[in-house]
Amino acid sequence: MPLGGLILLTSGAYLGILFAIAYWGDKRADVGRSIIANPYIYALSMAVYATSWTFYGSVGRAAASGVGFLPIYLGPTLMAALFWLVLRKMIRISKANRITSIADFIAARYGKSALLGGLVTLIAVIGVIPYIALQLKAVSSSFLILWQYPEIRMPNQGQALGPLQDTALYVALLLALFTIVFGTRHLDATERHEGMVAAIAFESLVKLLAFLAVGIFVTFGLYHGFADLFAQATRLPASDRLLTLGGPAGTYGSWASLIFLSMLSILFLPRQFQISVVENVNENHLAKAIWLFPLYLLAINVFVLPITFAGLMQFPAGSVDADAFVLTLPMAHRQEALALLVFIGGLSAATGMVIVETIALSTMICNDLAMPLLLRWKAFGLAQRSDLSGLLLGIRRGAILLLMLLGYLYYRAAGEAYALVSIGLVSFAAVAQFAPAMLGGMYWKQGTRAGALSGLSLGFLLWAYTLLLPAFAKSGWLPLSFIEQGPLAIAWLKPLALFGLAGLDEIGHSLFWSLLGNLGAYVGVSLFGRQSSREHAQALLFVDVFKVAGRGSSLWRGSASVSEVIALVGRFLGPARAAEAFADYAAQRGRQSSAELVPDADLVHFAEQQLAGAIGTASARVMLASVVQEEPLGMDEVLGILDEASQVLAYSRRLEQQSHELEAATGELRAANARLQELDRLKDDFISTVTHELRTPLTSIRAFSEILNDNPELEPAQRARFIAIIVKESERLTRMINQVLDLAKLESGRAEWHTASLDLAEVIEDAVATTSQLLQEQGVQLGLDLPAQVPPVLADRDRLLQVLLNLISNAAKFCDRQAGRIDIAVQVLPEALRVDVRDNGDGIDPADQQTIFEKFRQVGDNLTEKPQGTGLGLPISRQIIEHFGGRLWVRSARGQGATFSFTLPLGAPTLAAERFSGSETENRA
Amino acid sequence: MSKSVLIADDEPNIVISLEFLLEQAGYQVRVAHDGQEALEAIQRQPPDLLLLDVMLPRLSGFDVCQKIRENPAWQPMRIVMLTAKGREVEVSKGLALGADAYITKPFSTQELLAQVRDLLADR
Repeated sequence: MPLGGLILLTSGAYLGILFAIAYWGDKRADVGRSIIANPYIYALSMAVYATSWTFYGSVGRAAASGVGFLPIYLGPTLMAALFWLVLRKMIRISKANRITSIADFIAARYGKSALLGGLVTLIAVIGVIPYIALQLKAVSSSFLILWQYPEIRMPNQGQALGPLQDTALYVALLLALFTIVFGTRHLDATERHEGMVAAIAFESLVKLLAFLAVGIFVTFGLYHGFADLFAQATRLPASDRLLTLGGPAGTYGSWASLIFLSMLSILFLPRQFQISVVENVNENHLAKAIWLFPLYLLAINVFVLPITFAGLMQFPAGSVDADAFVLTLPMAHRQEALALLVFIGGLSAATGMVIVETIALSTMICNDLAMPLLLRWKAFGLAQRSDLSGLLLGIRRGAILLLMLLGYLYYRAAGEAYALVSIGLVSFAAVAQFAPAMLGGMYWKQGTRAGALSGLSLGFLLWAYTLLLPAFAKSGWLPLSFIEQGPLAIAWLKPLALFGLAGLDEIGHSLFWSLLGNLGAYVGVSLFGRQSSREHAQALLFVDVFKVAGRGSSLWRGSASVSEVIALVGRFLGPARAAEAFADYAAQRGRQSSAELVPDADLVHFAEQQLAGAIGTASARVMLASVVQEEPLGMDEVLGILDEASQVLAYSRRLEQQSHELEAATGELRAANARLQELDRLKDDFISTVTHELRTPLTSIRAFSEILNDNPELEPAQRARFIAIIVKESERLTRMINQVLDLAKLESGRAEWHTASLDLAEVIEDAVATTSQLLQEQGVQLGLDLPAQVPPVLADRDRLLQVLLNLISNAAKFCDRQAGRIDIAVQVLPEALRVDVRDNGDGIDPADQQTIFEKFRQVGDNLTEKPQGTGLGLPISRQIIEHFGGRLWVRSARGQGATFSFTLPLGAPTLAAERFSGSETENRA
Repeated sequence: MSKSVLIADDEPNIVISLEFLLEQAGYQVRVAHDGQEALEAIQRQPPDLLLLDVMLPRLSGFDVCQKIRENPAWQPMRIVMLTAKGREVEVSKGLALGADAYITKPFSTQELLAQVRDLLADR
């Protein structure tokens, strides 16, 4: 009985179930109750590694090479042991930098390079398309085989049919549609698809169950267990060969290269990166996946040899393709349900791979190929568009469709030239090219962008030359002589024996040359090149991800407007999603709304992360730069980088030289920093001193006011005495405040100057007249010695008077108590006038002769009484005299009085005038 | 017998006010104008309480405080530090050196008297 309609119905129902699971998973994720947040789902979803290539191809490969199918699974098993070291670091880096694909990872590591991201995307697409073709081929041929039921006939291959009758085309279109609905329902900054992961885990379960069911049916239904089956199989002519190494099962060398290859591909296949890194919910899930995933691989391989031998025994040689044994064995024994289950298992293996792979590739195409190009293409006007989320989704959907059609084309054109398993290996070898740039980027700080670019390019070219072109030649697109004699008959360029290297299998040969070239170029160019500061910063973020968690934003200084940043993110994620994201961010920061956010480095970093999810790290940088004004790094960051730099750059003399220069710059910066801090400290001291000085008179005023207030019955005499103190201290306070302000004005250069030509003798006489009352009270005699003719000087009369009054009252304060005498003398020097004010007091210690010109420094007889005054008179006087171009100093010795002297420059009056008006100098010159 | 207080401050007017306040409150009051003089006065006759300004000529208030606390015989003496520098650092430095209380200028006369009274009542 044919199964026709039932096949379609079952397949439809199965896809429906998948979609339901995905839908449910997304819904649960939206309400925050993730169904994939457990390690079993994570490990199962990793099993997307096992595609239809495993499901059907393992048996095919086992039929040809016996245990030779095993290395593909031994590699991942070995790598699983290293997951905690390698994969965990990859996950941590990706989470910290919002990385959404392998292309993004490599681009971000090497200074957010758009070029590098594009190259990786290109390699991934070219490398993986054959693999997608393989899945299409598997689904369509298994469908065609089952369609013939109960007959067992190998399908008439696609080339004979027109495209419209070709099942593979419909399969491709259906899968594209399914993936679009599945994986691009909305844009998300983290680029995670919870529903998809749930569905993939379910598919892994289905394909495992289906394969185990066939295995059990064959081993225990058709035979009496393993022992019986293998005993009968020994009668097969090929059995010995298939079970020992060295023959068709592969040499030790080819085993080693296959194991190595599959170790790399479990990390670097785009779908594996998507599932194990991007979709990872919790890095602790890795701990279980480390043993669960190898267990899965073991389980799905247990029955490969039994099914292979059973197939070889049941079907006459050559009548049935070994790739189809899994399906044809149940069919031959009329097990319709089992056959259907197998078909569904194969379908799930294929769809799982195609869905994840195309989603991962479409993210890369969109973020690392399309966006950077659109951003550069001014005419497209991307920067002006308001909401780009639709455009982004459109690009991704288009990319999925395109990938599927390319896969179909490849299948049509080349699908028959190769057995399933070889196509898979070609893809493996392509993605293995990511290994140097990825692993080097994670563990080696010196790896540079140029190194990664040259390594990847060279590796990719060698891969294409030694694997892809031969495949084309075998498909008839190139003359076979290309393989046999080499291009232009140059023997050492033969693509399968490059430079005369023979004796390796095709894959091993290609892997050797491409990885040798890749690694050599990466390391060599990195060693002889220099990193930009951005590259260096990114390198530190990646390599030291476990040390510098959360330091990502510290290497940025700039300014931006919050609304502009939000608007920018909104254009890519959609305004609603962006508003939501920033509101969450604001809430985390303890702000009421996003309007209260400060446009700091953290905010820009957050925005960049959001954008990076949608359009890739490189493009996110470019876009943000359009609204953000970056400033040079701050001193601390520069110091940090220079420290690193001086270590890194020490390896060549030329670079050492630069390193020395950097060290010098570092030293200068440090010194500048120290000077600034010293200035800051001085300012602090000044303010603290001013406050202290102001508090002292205030203390007396307050104390006596309170005393008077609390003691109304005080005697009038005492009362008067206290009030007199209050008045005196108030005057002192006022004077002090005025002088502090005066000094502040003088120092900041904001004082007003009324400069005029004036007669110094007249000003001195004025000052003497003002103080004569005070001097008389204290019984101080004053002598004046003025020359007959005093040439005029340019100065501000009031300020000059202020200086003279200060000097005279100081002299009066400190001159001899009993027979006080002050002498004022004016001398006319060739270029200046000199004024001396001499007293006959105790004099000033040489040690104190400088300090008295400092602010608030008073020198007096501390044993008896504090000197009256503010401690600001002399500093102010010195400021004034220096403003006029003169000098103020003191000469004294203990017991011999003190002489304060100042000079005022004579010069040409015009010259003096320039000093004050300043701007005229240039006109005259 | 009334309690004795030594005032150590170099601001004449502040000394006058403190002298008046404390005598009015019934204490025996003596005055020192710098740190050295204060220590000498204490050696002659330790007071029950010392009102100690920080910014004293010759020997700072901190030094005086430290020297007093180094001498076991003077342990019972109460020390109230007075200063116009009200910074946290100064306060904790004074308290760390063994002062019992710290009063910043300008002070409230009532609070100062209450503080002195409390410290002397403790004994």
